[in-house]
Amino acid sequence: MAESFLEFEKKIIEMEKKLEELRALGKQGDADFSSEVKKMQKKIGRLRHDTFKGLSRWEKTQMARHPARPYAYDYISEMLSDFVEIHGDRCFGDGPSIVGGFASLDDKPVLVIGQQKGRDTKEKMYRNFGMAHPEGYRKALRMMRLAEKFKTPIITLLDTPGAYPGIGAEERGQAEAIARSLIEMASFKVPIICVVIGEGGSGGALALGVGNRILMMEYAVYSVISPEGCAAILWKDQSKITEAAEALSLTSEDLLKQGLIDEVVKEPLGGAHRSPKETAHILRRVIRRHLAELTEMTPEELKVDRRAKFRQMGPFTQ
Amino acid sequence: MSWFSRGKSPIGKIGKRIFPEGVFIKCEGCGDTIYSSDFEKDFRVCAKCGKHHVLPAYRRIELLLDEGTFEEKDENLQSTDPLKFRDTKKYRDRLKSAERASGTSEAVVCGSGKMNGWAVELCAFEFAFMGGSMGSVAGEKMVRAIERAVERKCPVVIVACSGGARMQEGTNSLMQMAKTSASLALLGEAGLPFISVLTHPTTGGVTASFAMLGDVIIAEPEALICFAGPRVIEQTIRQTLPEGFQRSEFLLDHGFLDMITPRAELKSTISSLIKHMSTAIPLENRPS
Ligand SMILES: [Zn+2]
Repeated sequence: MAESFLEFEKKIIEMEKKLEELRALGKQGDADFSSEVKKMQKKIGRLRHDTFKGLSRWEKTQMARHPARPYAYDYISEMLSDFVEIHGDRCFGDGPSIVGGFASLDDKPVLVIGQQKGRDTKEKMYRNFGMAHPEGYRKALRMMRLAEKFKTPIITLLDTPGAYPGIGAEERGQAEAIARSLIEMASFKVPIICVVIGEGGSGGALALGVGNRILMMEYAVYSVISPEGCAAILWKDQSKITEAAEALSLTSEDLLKQGLIDEVVKEPLGGAHRSPKETAHILRRVIRRHLAELTEMTPEELKVDRRAKFRQMGPFTQ
Repeated sequence: MSWFSRGKSPIGKIGKRIFPEGVFIKCEGCGDTIYSSDFEKDFRVCAKCGKHHVLPAYRRIELLLDEGTFEEKDENLQSTDPLKFRDTKKYRDRLKSAERASGTSEAVVCGSGKMNGWAVELCAFEFAFMGGSMGSVAGEKMVRAIERAVERKCPVVIVACSGGARMQEGTNSLMQMAKTSASLALLGEAGLPFISVLTHPTTGGVTASFAMLGDVIIAEPEALICFAGPRVIEQTIRQTLPEGFQRSEFLLDHGFLDMITPRAELKSTISSLIKHMSTAIPLENRPS
């Protein structure tokens, strides 16, 4: 069971604890609690269903940021085998907010890149909370060039609050690093599948998001700005976060409706963190299916397909 | 006779955002007062301190293109307000007042023209239209300009002046970063030059996409050019930033610009650059 939980998960967690207690009592053997246990289970099931059916966009954003949510490494280890991590942008540093390397999916080579948030305080600091510096993006691009060279499909896992806004990041060309990634990703001739697994934080996420397929986990969000940032700028009021999240239409369902993503990947009831393994296996099945479709295409077709996909994004009238 | 009292402006719709004759403007640099007709004649550069003030898109076009050669394209494109966005105001109302304030139909004005005889596709950002923010229309207009350039084999010049991606269209705006960048790849494959001009201010998703992808990147003096704005950084690191941080001169020092060019020399600099990168440009798009 997750140790950290969100406000709207609290009731469920409390009831689950009570259920455990009941079961323990039952095991001691003095009385028969089996009917109470059943009743409790039913109640929990109903509560869980009701809670997660009616989540607001802000609550879904919190799910996307859930401290117990599976991160890139969790998906990599559960979905892929033979992972060999590689490091460094050959220019300045390693950029540990982004991780990646060679791996196998069903014994076939893939190159996987993920944005990695930290689990404990020490790792959080080391990963800079998943907010990459330019060297992270340049490392990712170097890895993608390798994939292009060896004709290896690319899988990217997006999960970042955003590219890091700091002095060093600006000095070393955060904007250039992101821009370069966008134009080069649009030109590769291998299959690229991008999955928003948590927080798709603006340009910092998009920098790894130019794919032939763009998937979102059910409780992932993908937005031009965080609800907090939007509230501060447009409402000039930090407390309008809920309103901002609603207005931004940033959930997986919203983006599918807007025609900006290809598929929403269902999570187990209660969210990915309730069952990380199962979630990774669900995602693996979806990736397999898309990859099978994409490997039917020629290298040139893959490039043209990716460009055509982005060409039609964004509605207008004339 | 000042330039704007001529019977017919070279562009036709320049009148809306120029200062009327006979008023004084306070320089944002030195604080001096400048007579409005001098201010406009110098394309809003202070003669005393050299401060480059934000220039409206149509005046930018007048600065860069040969008189009477500009043909605006796609000015009828309009936002559909895909999210029915509303903050303290409705997005639709913001669009209407932006149009009134700027005299342009969107945050970027695009079209074909000639620059010292060279055929070009030019896109000029209009800061008075919602801070020059890039939404779906701006993205589409630039991509069309790039595609026209590929079609007729001429260079693209984009003059950025923007607060970044437009929040009111949500992720649609974010995707314009990828859309414009991908279309520049097409231009590159055709061997055609893209000259990116960065003016004050160029920030956020605009900097982190097409603006940083010029074959040559030129900035005007002392322009703020960044990914994250100074205020965001100060809030994150809880420090005040050093003087000149994220200004043109800082970016040149750090290797992210090719040159800093004062407004008065911009046209001649760009057209001479085009000449040096013109292998793929056919005779009909060259100066006669
Ligand atoms: Zn001055």
